[in-house]
Amino acid sequence: MDSGTASVSAPATWSAASRWLQRSLPKLVLSPTLIVSLVFVYGFILWTGYLSFTPSKGYPIHELVGFLQYVRVWNHPRWQVAIHNLAIFGVLYIALCMVLGLLLAILLDQRIRQEGTLRAIYLYPLALSFIVTGTAWKWMLNPGLGIEKLVQGWGFQNFKFDWIVSEEMAIYCVVMAGVWQATGFVMAMFLAGLRGIDQDLIKAASLDGASLPKIYWRIVIPQLRPVFMGALIILAHLAIKSYELVVALTGGGPGYATELPSTFMYAHTFTRNQLGMGAASAVMMLLTIVAIMVPYLYSEMRGARQRSH
Amino acid sequence: MAQQWDSPQMVKGTRMRWSAVVIYGLLLFFAAIYVLPLVVMLLTSLKPLPEIYSGSIIALPHEWTVKPWIDAWGQTCVGLSCHGIKGYFWNSTKMTVAAVTISTAIGMLNGYVLTKWRFKGADLLFGLILFGCFIPFQIVLIPMATLLGKLGIASSTPGLVLVHVVYGLAFTTLYFRNYYVAFPDELIRAAMIDGAKFFSIFFRILVPNSAPIVVVTVIWQFTNIWNDFLFGASFSTGESAPMTVALNNVVNTSTGEREYNVHMAAAVIAALPTLLVYIVGGRYFVRGLMTGSVKG
Repeated sequence: MDSGTASVSAPATWSAASRWLQRSLPKLVLSPTLIVSLVFVYGFILWTGYLSFTPSKGYPIHELVGFLQYVRVWNHPRWQVAIHNLAIFGVLYIALCMVLGLLLAILLDQRIRQEGTLRAIYLYPLALSFIVTGTAWKWMLNPGLGIEKLVQGWGFQNFKFDWIVSEEMAIYCVVMAGVWQATGFVMAMFLAGLRGIDQDLIKAASLDGASLPKIYWRIVIPQLRPVFMGALIILAHLAIKSYELVVALTGGGPGYATELPSTFMYAHTFTRNQLGMGAASAVMMLLTIVAIMVPYLYSEMRGARQRSH
Repeated sequence: MAQQWDSPQMVKGTRMRWSAVVIYGLLLFFAAIYVLPLVVMLLTSLKPLPEIYSGSIIALPHEWTVKPWIDAWGQTCVGLSCHGIKGYFWNSTKMTVAAVTISTAIGMLNGYVLTKWRFKGADLLFGLILFGCFIPFQIVLIPMATLLGKLGIASSTPGLVLVHVVYGLAFTTLYFRNYYVAFPDELIRAAMIDGAKFFSIFFRILVPNSAPIVVVTVIWQFTNIWNDFLFGASFSTGESAPMTVALNNVVNTSTGEREYNVHMAAAVIAALPTLLVYIVGGRYFVRGLMTGSVKG
């Protein structure tokens, strides 16, 4: 840029350089993060994308085989179980978190004594690692020593609760622990939404003789639409990424009954020496998340722009 | 119908009392469910093993003991080595402190540039960086493993610090950018007229006014990095593993009798740092959650 003015004296060059530095400093400060993001996010996505089109097994093989790995993944019985499980887990996890989160938020919004304490109790699981949550729930769901034994001790000798070792029911244990961990968060979102609603509307409706459930159903909940959307997106995002909880709770078992796309990806990449398949499954996870996030972010940004005009 | 004989006020009063009972009943019921796993973990960790086999999970210990805690800390087997979880606890501590400090500091500078030194295309670059918040980390595992191997820092704490800094930057940048956007530009302009430069404005004006957002960011990063398992499991082996990976190994070690009390003590120890942060800075924790909630 400044090299055109070559024949100036040394101090002048120096001060020009210093001025250039001052001007470019903001860009220089931002550039490491930009480079990191280009390499470690975009570059790595391309790298994984490339690997998904190669026959790589234990190490990368630089040869293109088209969609072979995707076909292999989709034909794999474990992937089919993973997709089936993701559907069950995703739907129940999102629905239960929303319903319970909304219920808790509405209950807390009734001018409750000790609201802060209760909120803190509903929210603390979010501070825990999924591994800790999984360990705790694994223990409570232990068929011989956990809840089953507790209820049997109350006199219900025939009580059975062995979902965690059952191939059909184990995925519902993952749902339980997942819902336990995330409901508090959804509650916090709804509570914030409830507090933002115009109280005069509610007062007016109750003066008109509308009952409390009716007020919520007709007036309050419809106004929470943006919160529903936000919570839906975040929970869907979390469901697709879910990994640790399954590892700690069931290890993907019994057999591979609680396999999820994330555990499939990990197993094929790191223990089964199928880099190509691992990469293909990772790409599909990314595409699913992009398919959810992009329309949402687009509508959010459009909404924000409209609001600011 | 009985109601016909009651005065309207009485009916209303009864109904309101009933609804209060239902509301508080439900709230307490859910609170009990929420506390239960933590209580069970604590009770189990304070009982001798025979009591665990003979009693129920919510029974108070007859004989209180802290031996499971001592065993978990110093003796229990993590995979094949039996020196307890203390080494892994320190791995996580070192990793978390370093990664949180670096990612927060860089995020702060980024937020400053993106709001107070805006240049053409800054918004686009911010969007580009922000995308890193949304990706499922599975998409970067294979290249990252290769790169860490090439750099010679695979299976090491510095390697994990690098990973956590790299994938934490999108979040820290987001936090500081959103905070500094609302910071009055007039103050910056006045300082510039007085001749203050890029860094002196940053350190004298921005930094002293950043305490709340620094707390939010540090808590968010601390919780996420301490609790991470995916990166730890993918990029560490044996002695270099972080706490979460070690905990999972303790629980799933299949040799010998299953010492459930020791497992629970290890789980509580693994949870303690983030729980303490939550108890001390709960308000900031929730605020961070609402802004950065896209991360899993």
